[in-house]
Amino acid sequence: MSQYHLDYLGQLESEAIHIMREVAGQFERPALLFSGGKDSITLVHLALKAFRPGKFPFPLVHIDTGHNFSEAIDFRDDLANKLGEKLIVRKVEDTIKAKNLTEPKGKFASRNQLQTYTLLDTIEEFEFDACIGGARRDEEKARAKERIFSVRDEFGQWDPKRQRPELWNTYNGKIQKGENVRVFPISNWTELDVWNYIRRENIDLPSIYFAHDRDVIEHEGQLVAVSEFIRLDAEDKILKKKVRYRTVGDMTCTAAVESDASTINDIIREITATKTSERGETRIDDKVSEAAMEDRKKNGYF
Amino acid sequence: MDLLRFITAGSVDDGKSTLIGRLLYDSKSILIDQMEALEKQSRNKEDGEIDLALLTDGLRAEREQGITIDVAYKYFSTPKRKFIIADAPGHIQYTRNMVTGASNADLIIILVDARNGIVEQTRRHSIIASLLNIPHVFVAINKMDLVDYSQDVFNNIVIDFAEIAKTLGLKDVTYIPISALKGDNIVEKSASFSWYEGDALLDQLESIEIEKDVNLTHARLPVQYVIRPQTEELHDYRGYAGKIISGVYKKGDEIVVLPSGLSSKIKAIESGGVEADEAFAPQSVVLHLEDDIDISRGDLIVKTDHKPKITQELEVLLCWMDSKPLIPGNKYLLQINSRRVRSVVKEIDYKLDVNTLEKNYSLHEAGLNDIVKATIKTASPLAYDPYKELRLNGGAILIDETSNVTVGACMIQ
Repeated sequence: MSQYHLDYLGQLESEAIHIMREVAGQFERPALLFSGGKDSITLVHLALKAFRPGKFPFPLVHIDTGHNFSEAIDFRDDLANKLGEKLIVRKVEDTIKAKNLTEPKGKFASRNQLQTYTLLDTIEEFEFDACIGGARRDEEKARAKERIFSVRDEFGQWDPKRQRPELWNTYNGKIQKGENVRVFPISNWTELDVWNYIRRENIDLPSIYFAHDRDVIEHEGQLVAVSEFIRLDAEDKILKKKVRYRTVGDMTCTAAVESDASTINDIIREITATKTSERGETRIDDKVSEAAMEDRKKNGYF
Repeated sequence: MDLLRFITAGSVDDGKSTLIGRLLYDSKSILIDQMEALEKQSRNKEDGEIDLALLTDGLRAEREQGITIDVAYKYFSTPKRKFIIADAPGHIQYTRNMVTGASNADLIIILVDARNGIVEQTRRHSIIASLLNIPHVFVAINKMDLVDYSQDVFNNIVIDFAEIAKTLGLKDVTYIPISALKGDNIVEKSASFSWYEGDALLDQLESIEIEKDVNLTHARLPVQYVIRPQTEELHDYRGYAGKIISGVYKKGDEIVVLPSGLSSKIKAIESGGVEADEAFAPQSVVLHLEDDIDISRGDLIVKTDHKPKITQELEVLLCWMDSKPLIPGNKYLLQINSRRVRSVVKEIDYKLDVNTLEKNYSLHEAGLNDIVKATIKTASPLAYDPYKELRLNGGAILIDETSNVTVGACMIQ
């Protein structure tokens, strides 16, 4: 093998850095949407590689549902602090109050859908023209068809039938005023690629990704953390389980998996052996209908 | 472990989706919940058999109509390689989607129905593979179970296709008899082909050599962004950031900036924030130069040998991708990597019939999915390489300034 050979992680990394620099080169007011989850933490790591020793040409933006894991929020604040980068937080709670929105009801009342309102308001408030996100095409079927530069109209809507052709390494980020582009630098990464990269680069993660003891209830085969945000019914049995999270979303719509994995190596071993997909195992919000994600994206979701 | 990007072209009738489903299924890339969703959907269909094709249809309209409209990207890995599949529709009205998927592909799998042999669609896909200069071609002769695994049928198709490959100048062509539905020769070599000496499709995907496809002689670095921290301790820091699309850069190398022609030497190279003595395609790097010369986004940093061509008048093969027709005289933005210049399509020389390669000189407009030969004049000089020699510095897009939409793909001649 030639000395000039880049392995698959090196190629994915270089592609992602290239995409981030295209954002910096093509847009006036970009932002990086940061959730505290592993994919957006990976994005921050890639941004360091793309722009250091300079500052990021964009702030980190978190749309806070108020239903987050406290570990993820602490991690978010520490990271922004440590890097000396600007962090903007906008709360779904405030949008609900300001706009008289109706809180969803039910056992796992999720603010996932309401996030879109706060996101669109935030984009308007700061006049963001590009938002970098950590979505991957392997997550879900609608995402498999979304471009790396995905143009949204002024309502944030994705129109799958009007996507721009995306050829070679050339990205067209030209938009009209009021429109914005969602940019997905790790589109071509799989869950396992992200974990392998985190291991290779030795990237820090919030502790909830690793096995820990937690009070949970079992609901339709999924383990949901006991918290003030879910409704406990008489028949719910609170169990103490050793769990970890594969994805980090809201406490209301993210399920835990039983696990003893305490290191990255353990996690990679588990994922390699697992027989259930990431979203299928841990997202309570995607099962509603076959086209759930497609519909949310059309309405301006991430 | 390395990375192979391939495109599959064909329609559901050719068994394209079944083939992809089979690769994902047999390589254990389909997980339980995805299988369950699949079973649930298959139950709504008449025959009730699990339909692997459903795995690849992402959008509701596609599922409803049972067709693929847009390019879908699928991923699977074996211990040897990570694969990215661009799953593109095969019908002529989706030529632009196929061109999109083909632009980054290392390899194309062209599916041939053994019962029908070479048909119009096979020719069209081969022509697109040739126009987009995909380095490797696999001709998968499918549905061999329906022709009793006949060696004669296979051989005749090989003879017919070899003729096409010769006309088009397709370089590296491999023929594989398969049955996607039965799983013959997809992941495991099938005993049904006693006469076939080659490996199964997946083995060949794993072993085909792609390392040499990366051009390491023609150094090209399009500047995307200039890093200037402008802090006290980094007052003089000025780094040119970009992804090397071809070639190797070393500390001390003499470089030329195009189109300005200014020259300097490489003072330092950073890759991922770490200093390096050299860097190569396809790494993303930061270059520092000895001299403080004017460089900005859109410039191309090259070395003094193997320089690209510079011109303001381009001959291109152009795939038109917009529903509004292309009319000579129209102005567009032409973008190649990070460089964007104003341009005007001066004239359309001929239209290429993508089914037959015939040239039609009497048409002077291009409609959606048409491929035409055209002359484009640019407002400022452009440094490029002929597409056939260097895909990433010879492929450009056209952007309509009024709609901002990408309306054309140019392969510079």
